Amino acid sequence: MEIKPAGLTGLLCVLGKTADDATAAKVAALDRAIAARKLTGVVETVPGFASLLVRYDPLRISEGRLRRVVERLAETLDAAASAPARVVEIPVCYGGEFGPDLPFVAAHAGLTEAEVVRIHSQAAYPIRMIGFLPGFPYLGGLDARLHTPRLDTPRAAIPAGSVGIGGAQTGVYPLESPGGWRLIGRTPLRLFAPGKEPLYSAGDAIRFTPIGPEKFREREAAAWASR
Amino acid sequence: MGIEVIRPGMFTTVQDLGRAGHAAEGFPECGACDKRTLAAANALVGNAPGAAALEFTILGPELSARKDCAVAVCGMGLAPKTNGKETEVWKPLFLRAGDVLNVGALARGCRGYIAVRGGVRVPAVMGSRSTDTRCGIGGVEGRALRAGDLLPVEACAEGEWERLARRARALGRLAPLAWERAAEPVVSLLPGPQDDLFPPEALETLTAAPYTVAVDSNRMGLRLEGAPVRAKAGMDILSDGILEGSVQISSGGGPIVMLADHQTTGGYAKIATVAPADIPILAQLRPGERVRFRVVDRREALRDLRRLHRTLRLWTARFKEE
Repeated sequence: MEIKPAGLTGLLCVLGKTADDATAAKVAALDRAIAARKLTGVVETVPGFASLLVRYDPLRISEGRLRRVVERLAETLDAAASAPARVVEIPVCYGGEFGPDLPFVAAHAGLTEAEVVRIHSQAAYPIRMIGFLPGFPYLGGLDARLHTPRLDTPRAAIPAGSVGIGGAQTGVYPLESPGGWRLIGRTPLRLFAPGKEPLYSAGDAIRFTPIGPEKFREREAAAWASR
Repeated sequence: MGIEVIRPGMFTTVQDLGRAGHAAEGFPECGACDKRTLAAANALVGNAPGAAALEFTILGPELSARKDCAVAVCGMGLAPKTNGKETEVWKPLFLRAGDVLNVGALARGCRGYIAVRGGVRVPAVMGSRSTDTRCGIGGVEGRALRAGDLLPVEACAEGEWERLARRARALGRLAPLAWERAAEPVVSLLPGPQDDLFPPEALETLTAAPYTVAVDSNRMGLRLEGAPVRAKAGMDILSDGILEGSVQISSGGGPIVMLADHQTTGGYAKIATVAPADIPILAQLRPGERVRFRVVDRREALRDLRRLHRTLRLWTARFKEE
């Protein structure tokens, strides 16, 4: 691990050189270890693809002391703590009005739409990082057959809950937003719910489970009522 | 209700110290861009430094009091008016029900603050009343103020206001709350975290000549135009956490300094980070104005931060003890 100062109030702990599962697991494990230590003066931590930014108040903890504590914690990270904490199931209604680009993704891959859905919903995708928007997960592990180029012209507004593919990545938009990903489905879950416990965080994994349009309407009504 | 917005001014939002602690969930921190002036305005009405207040951009709002309340208007080169008559700036003001406060425009600087005794009492979202316009949360319906908005505030009796005014006079003699920014300020930088991705002369480029604030600067970041900063290879890195004050270098070589509404993570290399005590200076730069950078060491940056905190503490303590 390399620790780089980020100004007066941050330490960037670099745990790898590539965005891979092993590095993400180390980032998540260090994040948990720092949280468990409950250090006075640590404001918050922000996981990146291969690093953890530790933000602190330099008037309450010195850089030197924080650095020593983080170094000690990094030495004792164990493999068990590095396993993904949870697999969060996200129901998705694939295709139709919810996934207008499913036919394109299938044609691009030389597969049927049903095969795309089967492949996409099989994997548990590790969450490498949250960013861009609140709750927007950067996921690893998309099957190479489903890699699809982004739209040439991004859509001005993608509905909240849309599940898409952009290049070698897949993910879900928690908020309505502009975006250039190919949309293959939508979840009825309300992922943007400020003040509520987030459904997932970096280090967890997401599995998309196919549901039909009727189930979508039912779950949508329930999700908005409860969150 | 307390205060009605007659005219909103330019991008006027409710802001406090921000929503720290949720960056890992992707929530920007938000909060006042210039926390020094926010603290001054709050001190003048006897609030804690981080109470929710109004932040405006160059042009202030016109407000109508629906009940007696105490406010303070702080900003560089302001000439506010109550009921059409010139009134005081950087001082506590007493507004009677029916009074109209026209804040006017800043002659200098970019952001002004209007604090209200007891704070602007919009509901807190995730521990903060700050407006996050991108996510649509906090403040008034998660957006900038509009004409007709009603801001909930505490009533203030005239006797209480007189006490505030006496304290403000005493404090003004002790430590001035008003501050001015230099015409072409020099802002302190600490190199890193990705200065190693740049050739050694990159920091020299960044500190050699002034940069001009671009028109597309906003609460997310200050975009700067000037000598391009070149990296060794590409500017892209594996996305990592961003801080207020992070100096990103975009693909065109232009520096962007992150302000209160910045995204939580990003994939551009960050050559340096602005010393926290100098963030209020950046927040007070408007498009077309110029800024210079210099490199300092941690000790100097920490000394400046301590000095700023001492000042803020002094204001607040002085208002509590009397």
